[in-house]
Amino acid sequence: MSEKTYIDALAEALREEFDRDENVFMMGEDIGIYGGAFGVTKGMYPKYKDKLLDTPISEASIVGAGVGCALVGMRPIVEIMFSDFMMDAMEWIVNQAAKLRYMTGGQLKVPMVIRAPMGCGTGAAAQHSQSLPALFAHIPGLKVVMPATPYDVKGMLKAAVRDDNPVIFFEHKLLYWTKGDVPEGDYTVPIGKAAVKREGKDITIIAGSIMVPRSMGAAEKLKEYGIDAEVIDIRSLVPMDVETIVESVSKTGKAIIVEDDNKNNGWGSEVVSKLIESDAFDYLDEPIKRLAGKDIPIPYAPELERAAVPQIEDIIEGVKEIFDKR
Amino acid sequence: MELSKEKMLWMYQKMVEIRKFELKVDELFKKNMIWGTCHLYIGEEATAVGACAALNRDDYITSTHRGHGHCIAKGAEMKRMMAELLGRETGYCKGRGGSMHIVDVSTGNLGANGVVAGGIPIATGAALASKRRGDGKVTICFFGDGAGNEGAFHESLNMAGIWKLPIVYLCENNLYGMSNPVKNSTAVEDIAVRGQAYNIPGVIVDGNDVLAVYETVKEAVGRARRGEGATLIESKTYRWMGHSKSDPRAYRTREEEQEWKERDPIKLFASQLMDRNIATEDELKKIDEQVDEEIEEAYEFAVNSPKARVEDITEYVYA
Ligand SMILES: Cc1ncc(C[n+]2csc(CCOP(=O)(O)OP(=O)(O)O)c2C)c(N)n1
Ligand SMILES: [Mg+2]
Repeated sequence: MSEKTYIDALAEALREEFDRDENVFMMGEDIGIYGGAFGVTKGMYPKYKDKLLDTPISEASIVGAGVGCALVGMRPIVEIMFSDFMMDAMEWIVNQAAKLRYMTGGQLKVPMVIRAPMGCGTGAAAQHSQSLPALFAHIPGLKVVMPATPYDVKGMLKAAVRDDNPVIFFEHKLLYWTKGDVPEGDYTVPIGKAAVKREGKDITIIAGSIMVPRSMGAAEKLKEYGIDAEVIDIRSLVPMDVETIVESVSKTGKAIIVEDDNKNNGWGSEVVSKLIESDAFDYLDEPIKRLAGKDIPIPYAPELERAAVPQIEDIIEGVKEIFDKR
Repeated sequence: MELSKEKMLWMYQKMVEIRKFELKVDELFKKNMIWGTCHLYIGEEATAVGACAALNRDDYITSTHRGHGHCIAKGAEMKRMMAELLGRETGYCKGRGGSMHIVDVSTGNLGANGVVAGGIPIATGAALASKRRGDGKVTICFFGDGAGNEGAFHESLNMAGIWKLPIVYLCENNLYGMSNPVKNSTAVEDIAVRGQAYNIPGVIVDGNDVLAVYETVKEAVGRARRGEGATLIESKTYRWMGHSKSDPRAYRTREEEQEWKERDPIKLFASQLMDRNIATEDELKKIDEQVDEEIEEAYEFAVNSPKARVEDITEYVYA
């Protein structure tokens, strides 16, 4: 076990999967000598020259070709430089990768991972800053994950590579330089399991991706107000670990969901729906609250960009409002 | 050549404006006064200026992530561009767009684009509208060598080919798309040959020679205006700086960079102007100094403008 950045943990997972299975390779834009737009594959070249395929700027066919490789037995990892550019490849994600298994009565499978850096906070404005996991979570046939810690990113990438289904793997750009303990060598973190990142008895904060460290920060601060918050990292949107969430909310009786995506039809709506359809409903003693991004394209100016999505202070406020009402 | 002295000096001035604007942006970026990322156009000035010099003010352009040069050449105000980069209320996009999204409707600039090839179908649509309405306007679609490998490029050129649209597709081949050299990313050496596949003439021009760019684009614009259809022009040029902030440029050599810097488009044009006795060194120097002042004014305007207002954050989502 040693402390590593998210980006190093991710790179370690990639190298170990490249070494483990000759069918694993990665393709994407500027991932070779340049080392990827965010440096995920920095320094891997030239040792992993054969594993890193620099492609033309052709997202539709990068993903489409990934599907083809997967159909005939390879396990491609496709890097889309910014998840926003997956929009150019929607056909091959939504109409092809997601459906081929079912449509063919189980004859085909698409063991492909699409790695997609997402999120705002870098000043790159509306076309480079979206968080779109919810868009993909709506499509049957895709798995959708968004690990929040170095430990999880290593274990979940390995699980994703070994999964026989297309997995959309969202990496929030602001997480890349965060640190945490990461074991040496092989381990996986199962796709479809949430994690209780902090135990507490008064309220359940359900967060994903960058909102996990922000919620952890908020939870620490909330102690000062006598509020003991439990923080659940949802980790995986599809499949969703409803059980862990229901159990926690049944215990605390209060829930707040914190999302990085904009609010309208976000994944938090699905969590709310799952909660009120479950036994947890009987235990709720306050309405469920959702904190999410504003329903706007991400603006450029730093003050505006910061105000577009929940920050630690917004989470603290949001939780306090639930208690202050009483 | 029918270019007036006045027009040529205007072209020289625009090239110097682009150069100095970008140098100022680079400086402000390094001082953390500009947020996010930006892609500098230094070294490619002749392409934007030669091309826009062949257009009328109400003709259209679409631009790219590397768009400051196109924007200035089409006639935008540098102070409002600078204000945008500093996230100010007085910026072209009121601080919401930043470097990659500057639009100036008043000069026919339909906008830079954060998405590679994003502007190509849009330009095609503007040209389609001109054709349907018979308004006589021409569109220039700027895009990079890398963008020529997106499907949208091919689909658009085919449409322009079948419908004989009044458009000039202007590929700025600066030899790299980010780190990827054209020879690795593109199956043909000259992107211009791709015009053939869509029954559109393809022409190669020296992108560092502003007069050559002007002449070539002028002819293509003429064809478009006469209803003879689209042209694909490939302008061979070079970006001097890294792709965006913090690019160590490991994918190319310092010698190659030096060779291109020796073909500085601005120096090249200055010597053409002096050799042909169109302008004296003094006249050009005066322009340089005047541009220095303009840049300072643009900066002062921007830095003294109010910041984008957080209270208005939800404004402009819908029309
Ligand atoms: C659809 C899409 N894919 C990838 C990117 C990331 N990206 C931005 S600029 C660029 C290179 C573009 O190369 P080129 O078209 O040659 O323009 P240049 O930067 O050389 O002017 C890339 C890959 C993007 N913005 N949009
Ligand atoms: Mg290029």
